[in-house]
Amino acid sequence: MYAYDELDRTLINERVSEFRDQVKRRLSGELTEDEFKILRLQNGVYLQLHAYMFRVAIPYGTLSSKQLRRLAHVARRYDRGYGHFTTRQNIQFNWIKLAELPDALADLAEVGIHAMQTSGNNMRNVTSDQWAGVAPGEIEDPRIWSEIIRQHTTLHPEFSFLPRKFKIAITAAEHDRAAIKIHDIGLRLHKNADGETGFEVLVGGGLGRTPFIAKTIKPFVSGRDILGYIEAILRVYNQYGRRDNIYKARIKILVHELGIEKFAKEVDEEWKAMGDVGLTLDHTAIEEVRSRFSYPAYEKLPHMPDELKQAAHDKLFERWRKNSVSAHKVQGYSIVTLSLKPVGGPPGDATAEQMDAVADLADKYSFGEIRVGHEQNLALPHVAKRDLPALFKALDRLGLATPNVNLVTDIIACPGLDYCSLANARSIPIAQELTRRFANHDTADLIGRLHINISGCINACGHHHVGHIGILGVEKNGEEFYQITIGGRADENAQLGTLIGPAVPYAEVADVIEDIVEAYLALRDRPEELFVDTVKRLGVEPIRERVYATR
Amino acid sequence: MTSPLEQKKIRITGPSVVTANRTWDGAVVYRTAKQGWSTELADSAVVSTSDDARALLAEATADDVGAVGPYIAPVELKDGGNVKPGNLREQIRAKGVTIDLQVPA
Repeated sequence: MYAYDELDRTLINERVSEFRDQVKRRLSGELTEDEFKILRLQNGVYLQLHAYMFRVAIPYGTLSSKQLRRLAHVARRYDRGYGHFTTRQNIQFNWIKLAELPDALADLAEVGIHAMQTSGNNMRNVTSDQWAGVAPGEIEDPRIWSEIIRQHTTLHPEFSFLPRKFKIAITAAEHDRAAIKIHDIGLRLHKNADGETGFEVLVGGGLGRTPFIAKTIKPFVSGRDILGYIEAILRVYNQYGRRDNIYKARIKILVHELGIEKFAKEVDEEWKAMGDVGLTLDHTAIEEVRSRFSYPAYEKLPHMPDELKQAAHDKLFERWRKNSVSAHKVQGYSIVTLSLKPVGGPPGDATAEQMDAVADLADKYSFGEIRVGHEQNLALPHVAKRDLPALFKALDRLGLATPNVNLVTDIIACPGLDYCSLANARSIPIAQELTRRFANHDTADLIGRLHINISGCINACGHHHVGHIGILGVEKNGEEFYQITIGGRADENAQLGTLIGPAVPYAEVADVIEDIVEAYLALRDRPEELFVDTVKRLGVEPIRERVYATR
Repeated sequence: MTSPLEQKKIRITGPSVVTANRTWDGAVVYRTAKQGWSTELADSAVVSTSDDARALLAEATADDVGAVGPYIAPVELKDGGNVKPGNLREQIRAKGVTIDLQVPA
């Protein structure tokens, strides 16, 4: 966990007071909506179909049990009893009242939570691997760098009025769980030939209307130089980024139009011209941030405790363990993913009761810590293996032990037309129907790893371009239709999916997805060949032929 | 449904209302013939010409304190004069989400 210092606490509290005054002036008519809109967006407040939506930051996906309980409190006291975890390590409340928002922000501020960097054309919440600090083989905890960047960019005047929003993600593991290649800047921690820790810097990734996979702009930037180098990228973007056309304003368009070599040259020149502007991080500065992260006092535990051996005969437990429990860097401990994708449920939603219960379980089994992943699931990062059987029973009672992590029903979906004012079509009901179609866990296991991502419009909050199967809602003559892509992926081998055929109406989407999965099962080389690898080996055509032959 | 946030030119082809979100709580509201707002679609002022729609929207827009983001939305007039939402987006705004939320009562 990271402990905020006095400066952070003061900043958050001042922000609440400032927003309280702004809301008061808006409600009295002193501020018009045009004047107020940018202020509310700087505090995570959107206006959606039914109500205001309040997006709260969960920096690098780390929460304490106390913070999660407070989110549950906000859901219960100010909303309708639930929240929605997003694809960028935020939580959204869908029914919040503007008049009550300052109180909700004040309640959150008491536990160090805020809504800065969750909306507007500024630097957004820095995201990271939800297994940061516990993943085996990790170079080092990427949250230290996430926090350094968060501190530097929060309310930074040069980054507060960018041409468009700007997103950074960081990973330090071999397997990229932070989807860094679909971010404006992606940072991959690694060591150079001299053993020094630094970053591969990627730039220009993003989805939306014009999707791009990020390109490497510099293979290695040392940790001490990373703030200066990011600032140089931002300065080039600020100078050349399109402010005249919202659809061309993201850095990905600039990188694409200039070309990565020219863009890199511009950044290098800017970096050189900046000289020493006080952004070089010395050892003390880095260690100061590092020292504010606390880690559990792990016990020395056996690799295979008796409790685990005894529970091995329980088929339900074993299925869940194999699916949702992952290796931890410390012997005797595990990382446990809590699926927020129950059969028939809205992906990523959690009730206040579930949040409270998870907080209690975190206290009991995970040193009071919870993680939030971009796949819209939660994780308990420090569970002793001996406690896994008891934890499973508790999670099962809460509906949080669906053994579908990374399987066909672990669907990423945006709120879609049920909530979002930008959406063209619904996302959640499509996800719900698909989870019912593939509800049989044996079938899901047989299919293997398969990521379905659904977006209700081209803005791609559901990351449909990088789903193994991507579903995009569009409108045709007032009706909901869905374009389907296959072969996308968001990991270290990120790539965009390919359209498989004509858009299909709402009622046919689940049938088409079933046909695609059946085609994959018939075409795969061997049971271990994942869906995305079969598509890579064969291309789209053989699957297209099977799926669309009778349509 | 094309987002009405992209609504630029006002040209209606059938019965329409002006809808927005109430400023203090964000609730869905409809402009009434009495120059106020109601949470009931049945209370809305229904217009059928582009000129009337433009006038109703201008009047609604002027009430910036009462409601946010007014726009023109299509409706259907059923037998007996009942007003129904004219597309899925407006159905969802009027009746709520189409999904089972699985939130305990």
